[in-house]
Amino acid sequence: MKTVITIVGQDRVGIIAMVSNILAENNVNILNINQNILEGFFNMVMLVDMSQAIISLKDLGQLLGDKGAAMGLDIKVQHEDIFRVMHRV
Amino acid sequence: MFTMKDVNETNRMIEENKLDIRTITMGISLRDCGHPDSKIFCQNIYDKITRTAEKLVKTGEDIEAEYGIPIINKRISVTPIAIAAESCRTDSYVDAAKALDAAAKEVGVNFIGGFSALVQKGYTNGDRTLIRSIPEALDITERVCSSVNLGSTKAGINMDCVREMGEIIKLTAERTKDRDALGCAKLVVFANVPEDNPFMAGAFHGVGEPEVTIHVGVSGPGVVKRALEDVKGRDFSAVAETIKRTAFKITRVGQLVAQEASRRLGYPFGIIDLSLAPTPAVGDSVAHILEEMGLESCGAPGTTAALALLNDAVKKGGLMASSHVGGLSGAFIPVSEDAGMIAAIECGSLSLEKLEAMTCVCSVGLDMIAVPGDTSAATISAIIADEAAIGMINNKTTAVRIIPVPGKKVGDTVEFGGLLGYSPILAVSKFKSDDFIARGGRIPAPVRSLTN
Repeated sequence: MKTVITIVGQDRVGIIAMVSNILAENNVNILNINQNILEGFFNMVMLVDMSQAIISLKDLGQLLGDKGAAMGLDIKVQHEDIFRVMHRV
Repeated sequence: MFTMKDVNETNRMIEENKLDIRTITMGISLRDCGHPDSKIFCQNIYDKITRTAEKLVKTGEDIEAEYGIPIINKRISVTPIAIAAESCRTDSYVDAAKALDAAAKEVGVNFIGGFSALVQKGYTNGDRTLIRSIPEALDITERVCSSVNLGSTKAGINMDCVREMGEIIKLTAERTKDRDALGCAKLVVFANVPEDNPFMAGAFHGVGEPEVTIHVGVSGPGVVKRALEDVKGRDFSAVAETIKRTAFKITRVGQLVAQEASRRLGYPFGIIDLSLAPTPAVGDSVAHILEEMGLESCGAPGTTAALALLNDAVKKGGLMASSHVGGLSGAFIPVSEDAGMIAAIECGSLSLEKLEAMTCVCSVGLDMIAVPGDTSAATISAIIADEAAIGMINNKTTAVRIIPVPGKKVGDTVEFGGLLGYSPILAVSKFKSDDFIARGGRIPAPVRSLTN
């Protein structure tokens, strides 16, 4: 199952490190990363594969949401299908 | 593959423009619950609903968490109680309403629809019992919604029921006057009612529906408004095209949620209802879409044309995005649930008469209209007759959800709370229709050609 992780917030050191550590600990494989910084604002979209993950999508969303909030970031974890159906016929 | 721009667009629709799934509604047949003993019947419907819908709320919450799309309501519709309860030897169906309310609370849904009767051609004994039970049922229950279909293009209008419903609405208002006549907000009178509508208060599980089915109602007025901001000043071809594209995207998400809910719950997918359902929240208004097209305030000349375009374009965009479309499918204009409509009433640009004209071109009808408490039953009946006539002649659904608020007059405001919102009291014509309503009988079904 492919999952999309979006991270939005004020840029700072260690955002990608924090997220990728948590993904590695839970055996979630990163497939693609798109990231940019606009006027100090950090915006990243990650595509990950959760087929071997040892955590559920819902729990990963909770975990990253909490860790992100502590760093002043808004992190969302969503099944890729919501984007696929909306933007591809 | 979708791009970063696509991901951000979807999440902006959800977070900033309030895109959501308005409801997952589980339709449940109660046709096998009948029993001459009312107590056993009530136990049967309670047991069947709580067993069938046990996982509905949890499934909705799981889908919401995994896809990151809010699913505002989880609801249930059932076979019209006038049909399901008809074999009971009783002169009141209030106990059945209590059983529905208890079942709704047990499974955690916020509304259950189907305290309903279909009387477009005339009453059965069960229909009479049900309609008489409405005021008490809506008073003592919290989550039960009631509807009565009293007209159709094929049957004409049952004017005896039109007269009776005026009185029933007044009685319901009186019984719930300590809550600003909240009971009337849970009661809809229809012509050409759809049997698979997932939206309250008019949802019920029609007789042609399967045993259990999953319907989904989508929403997103804010998304359409936002999209139209990008075509400011362009012609109406561009406006229609923009609405169609947006409706397509919204509906695709609805279709995904419906299929997923159907798969997880193990019941067949019924329909997607392609409606733009506003809420009182800022940025979630149908009136603001009409204003974005260039009207100073909703209700200004041009409003009916703007609404006609909106309603049609939403359908055209949504139809291609879903395998099965049904229900009401159109823009809703519930006054108290739409911040733009409320503002339009307050500034004097929108009146009951203009709302009536708007209902000719959109779903559904005069919805959540608060009127003075001294409005007579006959006047309410006459308003219902006018709406039913629009539905009958135009072969569309029309409805009336009107709330005569005891003790309130024009200039006052009434607060219903939550999704039901608040509303200024609308002015009603002071000219009487008593003798018109007193006639009773049936308005014959209309001719379908020579349509001028």
